[in-house]
Amino acid sequence: MQVEEFLERSAQQDPQKIALICGSARYTYQKIEEASNLLAHALVSSGVRRGDRVVIILPNSLEAVLAIFATLKAGAVFVVLNSTTKADKLAYILNNCRASAMILGARTMAAISGCWTDAPHLQSAFLVGGTEADLDLIRSAGKKAFSFDEVQRQAGNRLPPIKKCIDIDLAALIYTSGSTGRPKGVMMTHLNMISAATSITTYLENRADDVVINVLPLAFDYGLYQLLMMFKVGGTLVLHDSFAYPNVVLDKILQEGVTGFPIVPTISALLLQMNLSQYTFPRLRYITNTAASLPVEHIRKLRSLFPNVKIYSMYGLTECKRVSYLPPDQIDNRPASVGRGMPNEEVYVVDSEGNRVGPGVVGELVIRGANVMKGYWELPEETDRCLRPGPLPGEKVLYSGDLFRTDDEGYLYFVGRRDDIIKTRGEKVSPREVEEVLYALDGVAEAAVIGVPDPVLGSAVKALLTLRPGANITSQDVFRHCSSRLEDFMVPKLVEFCESLPKTESGKVSKRAIKERASKFDATQALSPSE
Amino acid sequence: MHTTDIQPEIYNFVVENFLFGKADGLAADDSLVGKGVIDSTGVLELVSFIQERFGIRMEDQEIIPDNLDSIRNLVTFITRKRQQS
Repeated sequence: MQVEEFLERSAQQDPQKIALICGSARYTYQKIEEASNLLAHALVSSGVRRGDRVVIILPNSLEAVLAIFATLKAGAVFVVLNSTTKADKLAYILNNCRASAMILGARTMAAISGCWTDAPHLQSAFLVGGTEADLDLIRSAGKKAFSFDEVQRQAGNRLPPIKKCIDIDLAALIYTSGSTGRPKGVMMTHLNMISAATSITTYLENRADDVVINVLPLAFDYGLYQLLMMFKVGGTLVLHDSFAYPNVVLDKILQEGVTGFPIVPTISALLLQMNLSQYTFPRLRYITNTAASLPVEHIRKLRSLFPNVKIYSMYGLTECKRVSYLPPDQIDNRPASVGRGMPNEEVYVVDSEGNRVGPGVVGELVIRGANVMKGYWELPEETDRCLRPGPLPGEKVLYSGDLFRTDDEGYLYFVGRRDDIIKTRGEKVSPREVEEVLYALDGVAEAAVIGVPDPVLGSAVKALLTLRPGANITSQDVFRHCSSRLEDFMVPKLVEFCESLPKTESGKVSKRAIKERASKFDATQALSPSE
Repeated sequence: MHTTDIQPEIYNFVVENFLFGKADGLAADDSLVGKGVIDSTGVLELVSFIQERFGIRMEDQEIIPDNLDSIRNLVTFITRKRQQS
């Protein structure tokens, strides 16, 4: 089976069922099936072949959904990127995966103008919205350019292209921040994604009458899977662009009779700041949380605000999609736990020699299952570091890089990360990636980036800088420089100028010493963009 | 304070705080969330700015795109609230 069959089967079973709601527009399974078939044929005609990579850079919208399924139907591999991805990173990814096609929105055109000439493998682009002049601009860089909307208006083939893939072919590359500073493409096969979606829909008990609201970007696997899982069970997805206006989202939950609401800790922090007394959500069946663990205090408050709603505390890694979930009947007993492995998946804690350890002992978490990725795209050394031999000859299991312990009944507790990746707003930020951008700012002598606790963001990205003699840089200069080169969530929220940064004996900047100093640092001295 | 005075003040706040001084051709009707100028925490910063600078108390139900999602919507909303008080 292949991932696009989630859509094809649901369209066959109940063609008139509402599959997707975007704003006030509603789309049936039949409509999405036919529209994505039209686009799939257009992709094939433009030269996209089995296994080719197609980069999709669109906001949460019907077009993004069509682009994902059309790519799969064309036998290709989808690569969904955040719509705020900046030109440098986009050019890096286009070249890293050698994308042959890109599907993008007119809004992105201005931000990425230089990419066309920097991506020699890119053959064609499909533009949502935009003008003839935009298409001409793409053509002038030697690429084929098509209007997405025109493809939908043409009388093309509404049946799916003939299938050429098998389930161990790649379905997606999901780019994630790496400790090296460059994003890594996580290779997910159809089988990986189907296994993960099956395990998750099993424990969430998803059914065709579920209505899930997704406010998370589709570039984030947690957001992406809301789409895949609803289409798998023949449910309805309410696709919303963000949680920027919580009231609008809450009204939507009521209006559409939403049964499932996936959140990250930042959303829970925003929800808990509001007066929710006028709301009741009679149809809401569950809330899920992942990306970073929910503070126990949040869990208790959410439980009292939503007494009849099941709260699933979960933990995941892009490399295997999801690791664990806490059965909702356990949340009051062990709120600090992220639960146990999913159905059809084994998880265990090992010591530094790879031996399994008992309850209470801290070690690295290992994941075994069909949901574990094939590796990092064209990074054999990094792949070997985290995919290591498992119990069966030739088998590979995933070493998570995260430290855990279990209690006597085998429930998992997160202890810490082995690397220094920062989790902010539920997204992973590589300090190296931000530091490299900071070093490119004229006048910066040394830069160190750390995460500091923040009640809404989980961790806030903080930059510590020393300047070259005579340099005159303000925190506004730093914010402006970073915001034009990094995605929003990576831009430091705090900047501190220092006389010097603490060093290790070998002369490297010591993150440990900086973190110790930061915990003592008077927060009122820090400058944030709002000041 | 008249509408004509509010507009530049709002515009400057948005440009200074969310675009770090670089206006990038931001127009009065551009959607701030849609253009990626602000996100959820940006909305909160905007709300506290309005409350503190203009002495307007914002209810949860007023934190909606119709009131906040463009420079023009912000100016209309603040003007209306100030007239009511």
